[in-house]
Amino acid sequence: MNKILLNIYSQLPERTDLMRVLLLKDYNTRLVIVGVMLLGLAGGIIGTFMLLRKRSLMGDAVSHATLPGIAIAFMIMVANGGDGKFLPGLLSGAFLSGITGMGLILLITQTSHLKEDAALGIVLSVFFGIGVSILGIIQKMSKGSAAGLESFIYGKTASMLTRDAYLIAGTAMIIVVLCLFLFKEFSILCFDQDYAGTQGWPTVRLDIAMMLLVVSVTVIGLQSVGLILIIAIMVIPAASARFWTDSLFRMVIIAAVIGAASGLFGAILSALFEKLPAGAIIVLVSSFIFSVSLFFGYSRGLCIRYFMSWKLEKKVSRQHLLRSICEGIENFDKNLLDTQLKKCSQRPGITLDYLLSDRSWSKRKLLKLLAEAISDDLVYRGADDKYHFTEDGFVEAKRIVRNHRLWETYLIFYAELAPGKVDRDADQIEHVLGHSMVDRLERLLLSEQPDSVLLPSPHPLADEK
Amino acid sequence: MNWTDLDNWIVITGILSALSCALLGNFMVLRRLSMMGDAISHAVLPGLAAAFLISGSRDSITMFFGAAVVGILTAVFTDLIHRLGKVEESASMGVVFTTLFAVGLIMIVKGADAVDLDPGCVLYGAIELVPLDTKTVFNIPVPRAVIVLTTVFVLNALFVIFFYKELKISSFDPELATTVGANALWMHFILMTLVAVTTVASFESVGSILVIAMLIVPPATAWLITDRLRTMILISLLIAELSAVLGHVGALKLPNFIGYEDTSTAGMIAVASGALFFITLFFGPKHGIVIKSVERFWTLLRISREDILGLLYRLGELKNVNDLQVNSDLFRKVTGYGKGMYFSAIISLKLDKKICVDNGNFKLTDRGKRMAKSLIRSHRLWEAYLHKYLNLPIDHLHFSAERFEHVTDSKMQKQLLLKTELPTQDPHGKDIPE
Repeated sequence: MNKILLNIYSQLPERTDLMRVLLLKDYNTRLVIVGVMLLGLAGGIIGTFMLLRKRSLMGDAVSHATLPGIAIAFMIMVANGGDGKFLPGLLSGAFLSGITGMGLILLITQTSHLKEDAALGIVLSVFFGIGVSILGIIQKMSKGSAAGLESFIYGKTASMLTRDAYLIAGTAMIIVVLCLFLFKEFSILCFDQDYAGTQGWPTVRLDIAMMLLVVSVTVIGLQSVGLILIIAIMVIPAASARFWTDSLFRMVIIAAVIGAASGLFGAILSALFEKLPAGAIIVLVSSFIFSVSLFFGYSRGLCIRYFMSWKLEKKVSRQHLLRSICEGIENFDKNLLDTQLKKCSQRPGITLDYLLSDRSWSKRKLLKLLAEAISDDLVYRGADDKYHFTEDGFVEAKRIVRNHRLWETYLIFYAELAPGKVDRDADQIEHVLGHSMVDRLERLLLSEQPDSVLLPSPHPLADEK
Repeated sequence: MNWTDLDNWIVITGILSALSCALLGNFMVLRRLSMMGDAISHAVLPGLAAAFLISGSRDSITMFFGAAVVGILTAVFTDLIHRLGKVEESASMGVVFTTLFAVGLIMIVKGADAVDLDPGCVLYGAIELVPLDTKTVFNIPVPRAVIVLTTVFVLNALFVIFFYKELKISSFDPELATTVGANALWMHFILMTLVAVTTVASFESVGSILVIAMLIVPPATAWLITDRLRTMILISLLIAELSAVLGHVGALKLPNFIGYEDTSTAGMIAVASGALFFITLFFGPKHGIVIKSVERFWTLLRISREDILGLLYRLGELKNVNDLQVNSDLFRKVTGYGKGMYFSAIISLKLDKKICVDNGNFKLTDRGKRMAKSLIRSHRLWEAYLHKYLNLPIDHLHFSAERFEHVTDSKMQKQLLLKTELPTQDPHGKDIPE
């Protein structure tokens, strides 16, 4: 164990290295970091549109499809006397073969009954196979060393030159600007392509534009992130952003920020620990942000959703309890609930045993609900060991019972359900009836029932049956 | 090219792993889970790395275990994030497998001092080295990979044979499968486990990229050829085997044409399967692009021919209009098809002696007139029928009848005649020819 710790410790960067990277003192590091950040930004933005169009994995097929282009471009450059490592040349090759791959995906899905997943898998594996085969030839070539090409598969920022970083940063900027420029067009494409078509938008051309942007992001990400993991840059920030908001514009911004942050921290970390592959670090940073978003996302995160359902559950149980008590008392003597009896102490109470038999709840749950209601001052336990309403509790209970019975009456009159069947159905709806709904029901069903009197039940209560 | 014993073993290894993958792949493609194969084969990397780092050896059992666990985890995580987090399924797949692959990559790089495993080996394997690592079985030295892959193939085959019915039903209708007692979820996870196991068995010989190719491409090709599951599986196996053989031959032969010795067999097997796929896509017997275009062309030609005959007949009816004649402009106005279709139709009608040229104008021959009459008869009977039963207004009849006339045989004509009570004129007041 000690040995492992010592090993890890020895790999930690020196303090001077740390400061050098963090303060961006090194010109080259600075460029690389800015380039990767912009890449993350662009990936986050275009990824959001791809996610909403349910085409998240298309980028994966495209990125694998770039390999033959890289290899062929290398061969051509070497054959023409270059060293083969000229980045713009390699990336143009990658771009062309990425587009070819995307075209074939469309060809397969348009002309056969194979679905998109199969088309993606076919293009991905076959193109990668072609790439591997050509690399196999390159490795046996006498001229030019293929050693650097491996870095396109796993990503390596260390090999990035200044002019490469300029190229990546510049292209990323152009992609971001184009995305913002076409924002309205892309969003309508995401939500209803057919509708957009009927409104006269050039959907096919917009679709092609979006695909070209995906290919571009993929291509400029090849060197830093690598072709296997580049898809993560387009999927993970977008999927994380989805947890935070329901608005498209905010989602794009959040995805862009997450993408940029992953790029930033990933590039810093990989500059500090030189042996680590940059792509993997960037992906792990964004995965970390994804898991945080998954749990704590403000709009769809697990925590907020569980909290909401817990709150609803609590509200529903509370309403069940109040209605049970109210109907129990009413069952005992109808007049006693009349508001004429002003003092709550004069109103009768209800025993625990009765409540227990009224619903299928456990004793433990019932006692807990009662304790909560007592602490909220809706119910109190009288000297006779029975549960009584306080004034507030009675008002609330009356409202709940009223909603329940309004809905029951509605179901009997308008849905023509048998009176014996409506209780269960009303039980589910009563908790979510809003003010306006109650108003409408009242106007529909009651002509002059005064608000103060408890609405009579449209069906016999449990014990009278 | 020197074909040696080593090449035999390489081809056998390739065939075995291709068969194992293609067998399972049929069900992945049918369930639209093709990319799951991609996800799992990338995601097993940390499992392999962990097994390496813990056991410190390339011992098969540990590796199987590690990879199978991570493979199942990939499927489970994808499912969990999809259902709990309400993330779209392919996106959650993308999140899970890239994360796992990144973890695996870092583990390998960090542990590279301890073990000799490099990610490249996982991606494209080293099938060329397979014959060197042998074990003796019945006094014959058999490569270890062949033994492993045979076991996996038998395992997969047994699974498919014994659970054929369950797999079939849960591929086509998972809900139905669950209601009749074949738990679709269990089938799903067992399938995913086997995919993970197959991936691991194949990775050191052929690499994960070939696994993806063999999982998806042969079944997809087979699906283009047939719509029956049993046939599809058999064809996919055949294609897988063919790809393996062609791939290795190609790896040895093809580079010779551009002056190099040879290249990666695993890559070429994927390329061979891709070539078979695209050949089928274009020239396939049933759904091929070429055959569909040809069929489309013949249908268009038949319709155009009939339209031209109809046009000539109608012009013959209008006796006083002599300046109207059939040409490509009129043809385009009436049918919407272009010049190419017009001339093809004219030439084929002339060859059939249905029309002839008279004073520079086209004229129906007797044979042509007979055919045109029958066609116009169908057209006008349809108009009568549509007017009588569907109450279509008079000016709407022509377009519908124009379509139906091409698919009406004599039997249908008789029925129409009975239904419309033997009319002699159509709703426009034109004679219905005998």
